[in-house]
Amino acid sequence: MTSATGIGARVVRTEDKRFLTGTGRYVDDLPLARATYAYFLRSPHAHAKIKSIDISAAEKSPGVVNIFTGKDLVDAKVGGLICGWVVKDKNGEPHKSPPHPVMAVDTVRYVGDTVAMVVANSYDEAKDAAEAIRVDYEVLPAIVDLAKAFDKGAPQVHAEAPGNLIYDWEIGVKADVDAAFAKAAHVTKMDIVNNRLIPNAMEPRAAAAEYDKGTGNYTLWSTSQNPHVLRLILSAFVLGIPEHKLRVIAPDVGGGFGSKIFCYADETMVCWAASRVGRPIKWTAERTESFQTDCHGRDHVTHAELALDKDGKFLALKVETIANMGAYLSTFSTAVPTYLYATLLAGQYTTPLIYANVKAAVTHTAPVDAYRGAGRPEATFVIETIVSKAAAELKMDPAELRRKNFIPAEAFPYQTPVALQYDSGNYPPIIDEAMRIADYAGFEARRAEAKSRGKLRGIGFSSYIEACGLAPSQVIGQLGGGVGQWESAQIKFNPTGNVQVITGSHSHGQGHETTFAQLVHDRLGVPMDQIEVVHGDTSTTTFGMGTYGSRSLAVGGSAIMKATDKIIAKGKKIAAHLMEADVADVVFENGTFKVAGTDKAVPLAQAVFAAYVPHNYPLAEIEPGMDENAFYDPANFVYPAGTQICEVEIDPETGIVEVIAHTAVDDFGNIINPMIVEGQVHGGIVQGVGQALFEGAVYDKNTGQLLSGSFMDYTMPRADNFPSFKLGYKVTPCPHNPLGVKGCGEAGAIAAPAAVMNAVHNALAPIGVKHVEMPATPLNVWQSIQGAQRAAAE
Amino acid sequence: MTISVAMTVNGKSVSGKVEARTLLVQFLREHLGMTGTHVGCDTSQCGACVVHVDGQSVKSCTMLAVQAEGAKVTTIEGLAPSADKLHPMQEAFRDNHALQCGFCTPGMVMSAIDMVKRHNYQLDEATVRRELEGNLCRCTGYHNIVKAILAAAPAMKSAGV
Repeated sequence: MTSATGIGARVVRTEDKRFLTGTGRYVDDLPLARATYAYFLRSPHAHAKIKSIDISAAEKSPGVVNIFTGKDLVDAKVGGLICGWVVKDKNGEPHKSPPHPVMAVDTVRYVGDTVAMVVANSYDEAKDAAEAIRVDYEVLPAIVDLAKAFDKGAPQVHAEAPGNLIYDWEIGVKADVDAAFAKAAHVTKMDIVNNRLIPNAMEPRAAAAEYDKGTGNYTLWSTSQNPHVLRLILSAFVLGIPEHKLRVIAPDVGGGFGSKIFCYADETMVCWAASRVGRPIKWTAERTESFQTDCHGRDHVTHAELALDKDGKFLALKVETIANMGAYLSTFSTAVPTYLYATLLAGQYTTPLIYANVKAAVTHTAPVDAYRGAGRPEATFVIETIVSKAAAELKMDPAELRRKNFIPAEAFPYQTPVALQYDSGNYPPIIDEAMRIADYAGFEARRAEAKSRGKLRGIGFSSYIEACGLAPSQVIGQLGGGVGQWESAQIKFNPTGNVQVITGSHSHGQGHETTFAQLVHDRLGVPMDQIEVVHGDTSTTTFGMGTYGSRSLAVGGSAIMKATDKIIAKGKKIAAHLMEADVADVVFENGTFKVAGTDKAVPLAQAVFAAYVPHNYPLAEIEPGMDENAFYDPANFVYPAGTQICEVEIDPETGIVEVIAHTAVDDFGNIINPMIVEGQVHGGIVQGVGQALFEGAVYDKNTGQLLSGSFMDYTMPRADNFPSFKLGYKVTPCPHNPLGVKGCGEAGAIAAPAAVMNAVHNALAPIGVKHVEMPATPLNVWQSIQGAQRAAAE
Repeated sequence: MTISVAMTVNGKSVSGKVEARTLLVQFLREHLGMTGTHVGCDTSQCGACVVHVDGQSVKSCTMLAVQAEGAKVTTIEGLAPSADKLHPMQEAFRDNHALQCGFCTPGMVMSAIDMVKRHNYQLDEATVRRELEGNLCRCTGYHNIVKAILAAAPAMKSAGV
């Protein structure tokens, strides 16, 4: 069925009214009677021994209810925070697993590491009291410079990780790749840094918890992207509260981008302390705490080499990466620079041989984990910058070199040399469409015109692939992941015909309440305003895996489709009974069961009512009720792909880079709500351009202090940094899920950094600039220009 | 020590006893339970807390509650003319998909209304983008926010708001 509100329609969002009228309910908004407020005292040092903690003065501070330190957790036998993905290193050994105490006991390992929790009658009183806590630190040397983490004599972060090495991992056969390089007509080499980012969802992380003494039940409200996973980790590994005695609710959540996937110390403490305090506890991070303690993203140092034959065909790719894990291994940190990174290094190309070596380091910095794209932006940045560099070296058009190496449409399903099997795709029409929209043919004229104004104009391509729709559970298991990656759905009709659609995925801006309702409306014919999508509460939803890795529609949406199949199958039996027809003759069209060739018809609502009031009902054959659930485990990842083209203008006097135009053409498979998809792409592009031009987490190399610790110091992309974007689509439906959909949430952020930096390099090449690191701030660009001019003068 | 404070919020007289250090946003959220106004930072950068004080947009994290003594305050909760009708700016945000997670939205909408009025309902894209300097959004890439504000300006004019 297609309608103005069905699959493919631009339906305005159901959730918007509450957000637009100030009636959304985020964690910090919860009114909790008799609540106390928590404040966390955090380490001001990157690395120090805690010699003593004196809370005696703080305990006397007005309004203080309780103060907890790491020792209290040791005494209570609370477990440490866990890393849920075992990566085996080259020799088959599991990665080093240094302990991650919820609060520091004898050592702090990054600025922001949790030292004490103060609970008071008001937040201000808790904060005042924390000032009276005396911690005697013995400050130790810190290592925050990733490139030097493995140096002999570098300060050691954990005794359990000698040399600061967590794993030394590889994929591919190095000898084969070396042999291909030996025969290459041309080799392009590149050293790049993938800059460290701070996610900065606009809603700071928050937690609130309540303990019911009578039942022994805990309720934890958390800004989580995956409440069931958070509950599982807290129950099974950290706090030992039985899963059925812990309810986790993630209500309206103000953006995540990965940073709200993980199990953090603060929410763990709030939950644990609720039973000890005997009153509800609320905590909301101040933005400075978000900067210091939200898991950061990216942070790679990479050397890459691409071997080409005399015709420009890629022969082999060799990549060596050091990835920063931060001070402790966060929930999925180990997987990001391995299985979500190196397995993507084929990109859209037929490169037959690939070898990647990834060494993960611990440093005295905040933990690093998945951030929008997680590994795939880093991979795309490596491939797409080295391909453009090769094109420049060979004096080839960058689009031509890409086209020459694209996997041809007829080669799908395509097995890459780095484990993944791409299910579908057709890349040449995508780049053609992007070039048409961006008016690539007219670029040189625009460059000349800019030059007449003293500006340097450049254009850059980025043709990305991503593996998302996480994920086939058995593949994840084989790769060391500790969880299943299916999704659940339940379709629960009420006797009056309206319906709850219950999903285990979680919306924190993605618009599931609308998109998922469109699926059910389209499939079952129930009007949109009769459908409510329910998510985010472990007590009211079936166990589910949450939202990340652009999985909600491809996996969660597929589960919903399976559940609608069951509703239709049951409805047919009921309708057959009511129409006195054979089930085999009943068809379901536009929300009504019919017997083909007759005028007999039973609307779904009538079948539902009969199921709940089964007076005339085949009770001997089927149960009453209309409530079906389904679990969907995908057969493969999904593989969205696309091309972005960025056009910039640089003022050589100031180094300011202006994005003049940015085009994105994507293949997301079938699209349910184009309006929502466009919004995802816009936001992704801005995060990607943000990485390329503005954002960078900076730690002082001597003291380990976070220098970019506020919105005053960390440049967030703003509205006037961008033009309006130009988007286009090509569609190759995913062949293995019932909707034919791929993911769209991360694509923008995955592709954009390389498109921007290729444009910057293209603009600066005529004046001899070889390389600019991200972020290409005015200072970085200006210094690169000065360096090139000095080199030219010598 | 507490201080008595009284003001008008969304047309209703309200009063309370606050500490001297209580911010206007804390008074709205914690004392009045009006949680539509959000706090996204501690440096007055993000703009999630923008409200109107005596007709001007103000970051309510940058003003003490006592400074609003006697003032007329409008928050996101006070914009819609009725339960089933939205303000043209709210309408434009919904129609143009100018919000995703909704957290920056209250401040965006309040800033946008002030922007339209200050520019006498005449705006172009560059002006809107420049005027959004004080409002951060991490979801939308601003594209649809700009579109919504440009669409709302004439709608506000014809609605006389």
